[in-house]
Formats: sequence, structure tokens, C-alpha cells
Amino acid sequence: MLALLINGIGLVLIAAILWWFWLGPRRQTAAAVSGAERLQILVKDGVYEPDHIRLPAGEAATLHFRREDPSPCAEWVLFPDLEVSAQLSVHSDTAVKIPAAEPGEYPFTCQMQMYRGTLVVE
Amino acid sequence: MSKQQQTFTLSGVSCAGCVSKIEKSVKAVPGVDEARVNLADRTLQVSGSVDAGDIQSAIESAGYGAEPVRRSERELREQQRAEEQRHYRQLLWRSGLALGLGVPLMAWGLLTGEMMVDSPMQQLLWGAVGLLTLGVLLYCGGHFFSGAWRAFRHHNANMDTLIALGTGTAWVFSMLVVLLPQLLPEAARHVYFEASAMIIGLINLGQALEVRARGRTSAAVEKLLQLQDPTARVVRDGREVDMPLEEVQVGDRLRVRPGEKIPVDGRVLDGSSLVDESMLTGEPVPVKKAERDTLSAGTLNKNGTLLFAAEKVGAETRLAQIIEMVKNAQSSRVPIARLADKISAIFVPAVMIIAIVSALIWFNWGPDPRAAHMLVVLTAVLIIACPCALGLATPMSVMVGVGKGAEYGVLVRNGKALQQASNLTTLVVDKTGTLTEGAPKLTDLETVGDGDADELLALLASLEQGSEHPLAEAVVAAARERNLDLLPLSEFEAITAHGVSGTVDGKKILLGNRKLMQRENIDIAAWHERADELADLGRTAMYAAVDGAAAGIIAVADPIREDANAAIARLLRLGLRIEMLTGDSSATADAVAQQLGIDRVHAELLPEDKERIVGDLMAQGQRVGMVGDGINDAPALARADVGFAIGAGTDVAIETADITLMRSSLHGVANAIELSRATLRNIKQNLFGAFVYNTLGIPIAAGVLYPFTGALLSPVIAGAAMAFSSVTVVSNANRLRFFQATEVQ
Repeated sequence: MLALLINGIGLVLIAAILWWFWLGPRRQTAAAVSGAERLQILVKDGVYEPDHIRLPAGEAATLHFRREDPSPCAEWVLFPDLEVSAQLSVHSDTAVKIPAAEPGEYPFTCQMQMYRGTLVVE
Repeated sequence: MSKQQQTFTLSGVSCAGCVSKIEKSVKAVPGVDEARVNLADRTLQVSGSVDAGDIQSAIESAGYGAEPVRRSERELREQQRAEEQRHYRQLLWRSGLALGLGVPLMAWGLLTGEMMVDSPMQQLLWGAVGLLTLGVLLYCGGHFFSGAWRAFRHHNANMDTLIALGTGTAWVFSMLVVLLPQLLPEAARHVYFEASAMIIGLINLGQALEVRARGRTSAAVEKLLQLQDPTARVVRDGREVDMPLEEVQVGDRLRVRPGEKIPVDGRVLDGSSLVDESMLTGEPVPVKKAERDTLSAGTLNKNGTLLFAAEKVGAETRLAQIIEMVKNAQSSRVPIARLADKISAIFVPAVMIIAIVSALIWFNWGPDPRAAHMLVVLTAVLIIACPCALGLATPMSVMVGVGKGAEYGVLVRNGKALQQASNLTTLVVDKTGTLTEGAPKLTDLETVGDGDADELLALLASLEQGSEHPLAEAVVAAARERNLDLLPLSEFEAITAHGVSGTVDGKKILLGNRKLMQRENIDIAAWHERADELADLGRTAMYAAVDGAAAGIIAVADPIREDANAAIARLLRLGLRIEMLTGDSSATADAVAQQLGIDRVHAELLPEDKERIVGDLMAQGQRVGMVGDGINDAPALARADVGFAIGAGTDVAIETADITLMRSSLHGVANAIELSRATLRNIKQNLFGAFVYNTLGIPIAAGVLYPFTGALLSPVIAGAAMAFSSVTVVSNANRLRFFQATEVQ
């Protein structure tokens, strides 16, 4: 009886992990920003907030990253496909210039890829 | 918005009356505590919790202009370092506290073996220890738990998740043992509070060491930043004012004294001095600067006082652009890391699943006490897995490698260029300006009998001053170098494909090739042999005649750069095939190639041929690097796998090339290739280490060695391994700082 229960719990957990991290619907905090607006992205506790940013295509924009996490993981933000990167100083705003880009999805991450976000140019 | 100090530069302020007007209007903005104008340097200091835009509009509505002063890069860095230091101490303190609880507990367990809960008394005692551990977990490891929770809500999982789950599970299980021991078989009534505390302590310690080691990886950019002093001496209203660098504006007049650094880019208005530009160009000899010459920020004024006008300030200076480029390259992606990137994206949830599966296997098929084994395996797998080592493997090496490059005057555009430079097979080199000086020079001057060489040169230079031919420039330059006076010239005539003639000082002078001499019936038979010798050396020989009689022979050549021979030898030692390209004649090209030991020569090329040759080589399966000056060779540079722009780091070159060499020497290319190979080797070591660590560590933690050793891996050991794996990666990357190019200085 106990064996059944424990195995059951294990399998349910595996299914839950699969669903929550990969298969399930992703609840994202999204924000759209036009070239002129000011958008602040909070870097804290392992996540970018918002982590889904929409930009109009063909327009350069500036994103303001506010890093509240002093751990070294959060020190850099990288947009590898755009060859943009910035070192974020703690407890202050760092302006990151995003060049005009083709429509598409550009992931951005911290150096160790633990912080993750997506920049959608459309 | 928090309280802070903000600084603005003002424009349109001229008198004390303006000061009070501005201060009044700014103080009226809600949130401003204090506003003070400094008339001398035209700045406004505002303290309070207020938005910069509000202050700006308040000043503008009062009729003045204001620009917020951006804090300097260096200031930000210093702040960053202070913050890092604080974080480091905090991590050490947390680590000490957690280990302070964990170590005695573990020692107790090892020495007495009494970690079991059998009696109500033990229940009480261990309950108290459990609460103490909870306090330590929350105080020393609270950030892991909050981070894990935040990530979880975003459907993300990271390192915090693994640590929080691992330590949390151990604690919850132990607490279950304490509160309801009857639920578990007797042999499994073991507590693991020491594991939770030890893991938190070790991981904090590991992170502290990592913060330390990472600080060193960006040393190169720091060095570049230190090339600028924080203040500049601006001349305003006839007075010299020291003001912060950020407040210097375009058009300001600045004074630099001997021994001071040039603060911003500009143009000399007055004075002359030698300026050491080696930090930007790698050129060891100081450059003479006089009126209208350009100055670059970060260079060192040696011996004179210069007054100059600022032309580029702040982020516009060449130094700032170099720093920006280095910073961008330091954090760009290297193709070799793609696999690691893919793995780290799914790493954490995968590890969680592996942990559950192995725990279930131990539960169903493992020996007793199954519940305890299950917990140890679950915790150890979660804790030993280290996504950080995997994620850090490439960025750390690239960071150090690119920074090291900057020290050598090698600016790498991105990680891809770095990787491609490491496995080039063929190097295509443009001759002019790379292997040779790029400007023809007079190499030989021989006169008939015991004629005066200087006298002949003065005559020839006087004749050539009317010509715009590059060879003529060489003759004139040689005369200037010897301080010879040029005489007035009359009846100058350029005879196409022959040479030039004219009258100087009443003498009829001829300078040209064999055909010219034959046409003018001048006997030059005695010089034929000498002319052929010169041609074999790759020099262009010309005959001179004065008043109808042969007077001598001169030869002009684009001299081979002093260091070209050594640099080519280095490149050949690196196993590269070298191909020389030039628009010059085959004879000249062959002579140069022979002296340098290059056996593949493409001569008499048109500019567009260069790109085609690069393309052909690539089609043959060669990985081609192209070395050129970045302007004329732009298409070929762009076509090649790696384009090396050599020389002086002009803006155009910096923008187009994959690798820009600040120094106009082929040694830079060899340095770049050696450095890229060293960096790639370092990256591979790191990636290999991280892969091996995880692929070995996880199965061991899951207990595959149990049949042989009869014991499971303690979660504490797993924690130590995980904490030090990322430190190892960072330390290995730091080894690159000791990279030495093979160039013999």
C-alpha cells in the first residue's frame, strides 16, 4: 500500500515537472515598448520581470535593467543573437541599447543562462 | 524611487541671478530636498527622490538648458567593486554561520554515530536542532529559497531550485523523523540536519570564492578604463578649471601638461609635444603632435603643454569605443558552446526527474533502510548537479581571452571570430602596408665616379617636386630627410612611360628609365648590370642625367617592414599556409616574397580580384584569414572566415573587421591566432570538465557505485563538489591571464 503510494507520488511529480517546465502553458509577464517609451526590467531572484518584451521591428530601443540581485549570476545580460550585452550594476538602472532588428524572437539570458527572457521583434 | 544625488550640466547660465532662479525653480519640484548650482563649472546638484526628467523640464521652463550627467563608467565600476566586496563578505559570513552549525553536527554524527531518533528525549533534542537548522537555512540560504520560488512561478528552474529542493527535502525528512518516527521503520529514523546546514554553508563558500575569482576576469577592461583620469582641465573665460570628465563638452578648450593623460579626443590648438599612443596603437615610439593634429583620449602627453579643443567626449571617444567593443565581445556567444547552451536550458528539470527516478529505484529495489537511502540519493543528485559549471565554461574563458587580446592590441569582434581564428589553415596577406611599409622610399643612390650624392639628390628632388608620382614623393622625402634645400624648377615635363625632365639651377636634368636615356642618346651602358641587380631585389631603378651626361642611378622601393620576416616565420610555425596578394608587378612581388620566404604569390591584381582569390581558397576547403588595411580590402576582409584589419585602428576598420589590430604589424596577427588557440583550448577544457563532472557526478550520487563500495555518496560531499566545480571553471579561465605570445621583444 505504502509502496504504491510512494511510487504514485513519484510518477505524479515527474508528470508535474514535465508539464510545469516544458509542456504546460507558459504564463509570461509580457510588456510591449515602443522606441520612445521607457521600460524597466527587474532582475531579481532568478527572473527577469517582465521576461517577454515586444519591440516594433526596425526601430532601435533602450531597455532599462534594474538589477536587485547581487549574486554574480545576474551580473551580465546578453542578447547573443544581437551581439548586445551589458554589465548590470547592482541597485541601479543600466540602459541597454537594442539596435533595430529584423522581426523574430531573440532570447536574452544572464551569463549562465539561468535568467531567461525573450525579446520579440514584430 | 529612492533618495539620490543627481548632477546636471547647465547651459545658458551666466550670472549669479540665474543661479538663484534655477535653484528656486528646481526646489519647487516635489521630492527635491536640496538643489545647489555651481557657477564655476555650471553644474547643478540635486538631492532627493525625484525623476531626472522633472528637474530637466523645471529648468527648461525657467529658460535654461540642462543635461543630466551620466555617471562615469569608472565610478560605476568602483561602485560595483564595493558592492561585490560587500556581497563577498556577506557570503563568507553566511557560509561561516552555516558551517558553524553543520560541522559540529557532522562531527557528532561521525564520532558517536548517534543520529537516530528512538526516544522521546531524542525527539525533543533533535527537534530543537531541527529548529536551529531551519533558522540557519532561512538566514543563510533564504535567497536560494526565494529565488527558487520566483523562478518556479515563472515556469523556470535554476540552480536555486536544485539547492532549495535538496536542502529542503533533507530538512523535511529529518523533521518527519523527529515528529512522527513511528511512520518509518526503525533503521530509517535518521536525521540529516547536518547535511542541510553543511550544503548551504559550502555553497555559500563556493559562491564567495567565485565572486572573488570573477572579479579578476574583467581586469583588462579595468586597465583600459584607468587610462583616463577622472578630471580634465578646462579653460573657461581665460581661467583653468578642473572638472569631472563627464562634464567636458564638445568644443571645450582643454590644457594638458607634460606627464598628464589626454582626457578626451580632440585637435591641438596650440603647443607641441610628444604623445605616447602605445596604449591605443601599440606603436612604441611617441608621436609628435603640433597644431591641428588629432589627440586620442587615454594617450599620454610626454614633454610639452598642449591646448586643444574637445571634439569627441564620453562614449564617442575612440577609447570608449574600444572599451565598448571589448565588453561586447567578452560576452558574445561562441559557436562551440551551442551544445552546452542547449543542455543548460533543460538541465534543471531533467536533473529533478533523474533524482525522482533514482529515488524510486532505490525505494523499489534497493536494500534496507530504503526510506533513508531514497532520501540520500534524492538529495545528493539534486545537489551535485551543477548547471553553473556548464553555463560558465565558455563565457569565463572568452571574457579573459578577449580582455587579454586588448592588452596585446588585438580587438576581437565576437566569440565567433575568436573561434574561427583558432582553426585557420590559410592566411592571405595583402603586401602593401602589411608586409611592406606602404610608402616607397629611396633605397639606393649611386653617382658616376666621385660625384656628390647629396648634390645629385638635391637636383633630382628639385625636379621631382613638380610631380605627383609616388616614386617622386620618395625622392623628395629623402631630400627633406637629409635637410637638402630644393631649388626652383623650370621647363618641367613629364614624359609618359619614360620619366621626367626639367631645368634646375640652369642645368638640364633627366630622370627616368632606360627608354628615356636611349631617346635622349645618353650612354648608360655602365649601369645596366647594376640596374638589373636592383630589379632583382624588387626595387625600381631610375637613371639620372645632368646636362646630357649620365650622372647616376637611383632606386626606389617599398621597403619590407622590419618585423615582417620574424612575423612570417611565426605564422609558418603556427602551421599556416601564407598567400601574398598585391597589385604590383610580378618581379617586385616575387622579390618581396622570396625575401620573406613566402612561396604563394598573386601579383598584378585588381582590387576586386582579392575577394575572388579569398573565395576560391574557401571553395577549396581552406579556412581563410585575410589580413588587410580595412579600407581598400574591405570586401575581401568581409568574405574571409576571419578578416584582420591591420593598422592604426581606424573607425572603418573597427566596424568591418572580425579582428582589429591596433598595431600595424603582422606580429599582431600571430598574437591573435596564438591567443585564440589558447582561449579555445581553455574553453574545451572547461566544457569537457563540466560535462564530465555532471555525467560522472550524477550517476555516482544516484548510487551506481553502491554495489562496489557498499555506501552512498553523502549529500555533504555532493554539496562540496558542486560548490567547487564552478570555482574550478572560473579559476581555469583565469589561467588564460598568464597567456604569453611567442613574439620575441
